[in-house]
This record gives sequence, structure tokens and C-alpha cells, in this order.
Amino acid sequence: MRTCLVVDDSSVIRKVARRILEGLDFQIIEAEDGEKALEACKRSLPDAILLDWNMPIMDGYEFLGNLRRMPGGDAPKVVFCTTENDVAHIARALHAGANEYIMKPFDKDIVTAKFQEVGLI
Amino acid sequence: MTPQDYEFLRKILKERSGLDLSSDKQYLVESRLIPLARRVGLSGIGELVQKLKAGTEPLTSEVVEAMTTNETFFFRDKIPFDHLKEAVLPALVQARASRRALRIWCAASSTGQEPYSIAMCVKDVAALAGWRVEIVATDLSQDVLEKSKAGIYSQFEVQRGLPIQMLVKHFKQIGELWQLDADIRGMVQHRQLNLLQDFSHLGTFDLIFCRNVLIYFDQDTKVGIFERLSRLLESDGVLALGAAESVVGLSDAFKPYPERRGLYRPNTARAPRAGAGSVMPLRAVASATR
Ligand SMILES: C[S@@+](CC[C@H](N)C(=O)[O-])C[C@H]1O[C@@H](n2cnc3c(N)ncnc32)[C@H](O)[C@@H]1O
Repeated sequence: MRTCLVVDDSSVIRKVARRILEGLDFQIIEAEDGEKALEACKRSLPDAILLDWNMPIMDGYEFLGNLRRMPGGDAPKVVFCTTENDVAHIARALHAGANEYIMKPFDKDIVTAKFQEVGLI
Repeated sequence: MTPQDYEFLRKILKERSGLDLSSDKQYLVESRLIPLARRVGLSGIGELVQKLKAGTEPLTSEVVEAMTTNETFFFRDKIPFDHLKEAVLPALVQARASRRALRIWCAASSTGQEPYSIAMCVKDVAALAGWRVEIVATDLSQDVLEKSKAGIYSQFEVQRGLPIQMLVKHFKQIGELWQLDADIRGMVQHRQLNLLQDFSHLGTFDLIFCRNVLIYFDQDTKVGIFERLSRLLESDGVLALGAAESVVGLSDAFKPYPERRGLYRPNTARAPRAGAGSVMPLRAVASATR
């Protein structure tokens, strides 16, 4: 079973994302900020990461930079999932190594389409 | 809704758009037509049918359009568009090298996601730079064509099927909406067209997309459309159908393109049939114009 790390400071969003991704046959790990997400990645790299941008302690953008510098850190498919819905943010995320980008609000159709796009479904 | 009203509506929908409703779709008709009836100041389906029987053309069109399904998304099913970019267009680049021109028809284009996906693929094939590529988008509904021409999509619509790189590359953000750039919009011409009626005036094409529309039609209508499409497609051209559609078992006008699901080629080997060159009016159209 493939694993997906869901990183968001909102427990409600994590719960919604978990339900959708479990429906797509992913095993879910949760983290509430970038720092905890990085620790989880050091323990074991997931296949996919659904990543919020604005979070306390370490934001998603900084987390992504750290992840991509880790040994093997280029492997996980990273899909941003954020309310930062403007071209400038999207371009920065892609430049930093994000594979896809979801603009909140999202639903099952969007998550499915984006995970298909990066070849995970 | 009385059974008589339902039968009347079924009949005009079949004649006007080809929509083939089974006998148990009253709920669908009610859910789409009661709001329409109220909007134009009628009490319900009964009054609407009375009005239609009196023969008001704009209202009939509204009813027909309200019953069509316009759902669509960018790069729908993904694989046909991968084939388009990697195999079909490169083969046509070779085959049309002296003409340096391509004609593509998107035959039920809805709100534009399909013809614009084709346009973005064309743009990505470097060998087509400088070619004359015509993309003709047609649909029964004037409303969807207007939306398509504007090329403006919601945040939800641009997230279904459109890779994020394509969004950044080809769209401008206007508040919460996204507009496709003028260079891509300019590659597509829009025209209103009912597939039940003669379309031979469109000329011949190298590529025809006719996806997720024939599923709503009955067998005879499908067969007739396949026959007429085959006359408009170049002998080395390609027909793309939707994931739930096929010619197999219905028509020998096309045969599946090997290894490419959803794509078909004209069957050049089949025996010529009597009257194949003339326009065969479909039964449904004949009765609609009576
Ligand atoms: C479900 S959409 C398919 C859009 C697109 N081809 C796709 O695959 O995503 C079906 C479209 O067919 C159009 N349509 C229905 N009956 C038609 C007819 N008789 N002639 C032309 N278009 C028709 C509808 O207006 C609608 O926009």
C-alpha cells in the first residue's frame, strides 16, 4: 500500500484529506507542521506528501526545501494544498520542486485528478 | 408529470438532440425542467408541455439545452491526449509535410475544455510551429459555445485534469477566475451545429474528436453519425471517442487504432456501400422537420 503524509495545521483539513486519500488506497501519516513532517520523513519517506503552505514552526515551502535536500528526498511526489491561490506562489512552489498544486477549497475529484497527474493513481 | 407529458417530451428531445431517454427517467426530466418552467413563469411541467405544443421555438431550444449534459474537463481521460501528442500528431506531421496544414474537429465541444486541450497539445508539438492548424469546435448549445469563446474558468474547473504547469503557462488569473491566453483561444473557431443534421459543409478533417455525446443517442443514430463522420475524415485520419463509446459491433466505418484505446481509423478495406456518397438524412431529423 502506498503511503501519503498529510501536512496541515488544521485537524479538520487533515481529517478530510485522510478520508479522501484512504478512499484512493493510501495509508496516511499526519503531521501538523513542517518540522514534524520532516521528522516523519527522516524516519521513513512516504510515496506522496499533501502539503499546506502556512503553518506555525516550519511552513510548507521551507519544509519542501529541506526535504528535497535530504538523501532520497527527491522521490516523494509533493502536492501543495493551500489557500495561497495566486500565480506567484504557484510558480515559487514549482521552482522549489513541488509536483502539483491544489488551490483550496478542494474535493475528492480535484485530489483524484492531481494524484493521477503525478502518476500515483 | 403525466405519462402523456413524459412521452411528448421524450419524443421532442429525441427528435431535436438525439437524446434517447429510457422510460424511467421522469425524475431527470422533472429535476431539470421544473426549474426552467418556474423561471419562465409557468406552474410546472403540464403548462410547459402545453406551451411547447403551441410551438414556441425559443422555449423548445431551452428545453432541449436544459436536458443535455455538459460535463467536461481538461485532458479528459488523459491517455487520448498523450497519444495525440506522442503518436497521432507526429504521424500527421510526416504525412502532411508538404501541405503544412491540419484540420481538427471537436464535435461536441461543450464549454471548451476539450478543444482547448487539443490546442495546448498542438502548441506543444514543436514540429507544428508555423503550420496552419484549424481547430473547429461545434456544439448544439449556444450557451456552452459562448462560455467556451470567453475561455474563462472557475478555480474548480482548472483543477480537474489540467496539469499545474499548463495553468501557469497558458492562463491569466482574474480574481478567482482563470482566463486562457488569447493565443490558445485564437486557435479555436466556434460554430453551432447539431450532429443530427447534415455536417458535410464543414469539409474534411485529419482528426475528429466526438467524445461523450454519442452515449446519449440510440443505436441507429450512432450508426448514422459514424457513417457520416467517416466521409469527413481523411483516409489516414483519426477519430477519438469517449471512454464509454466504441464503433465495435455497431459500424464497420471505422476500426480501432492498434494499441491506442479510444482512437479509431477509417476502415478503408470495407466494401463500398450503395449510396455511400450521398447524405442520408437520419430518421430522427426527417421526422423533426416534418
Ligand atoms: C458531456 S458533453 C461532452 C464534452 C466533451 N466532448 C467531453 O468529452 O468532455 C456533451 C455535449 O454534447 C452536446 N450535444 C448533445 N446533443 C448534441 C447534438 N445533437 N449535436 C451536437 N452536440 C450535442 C451537449 O450540448 C454537450 O455540450
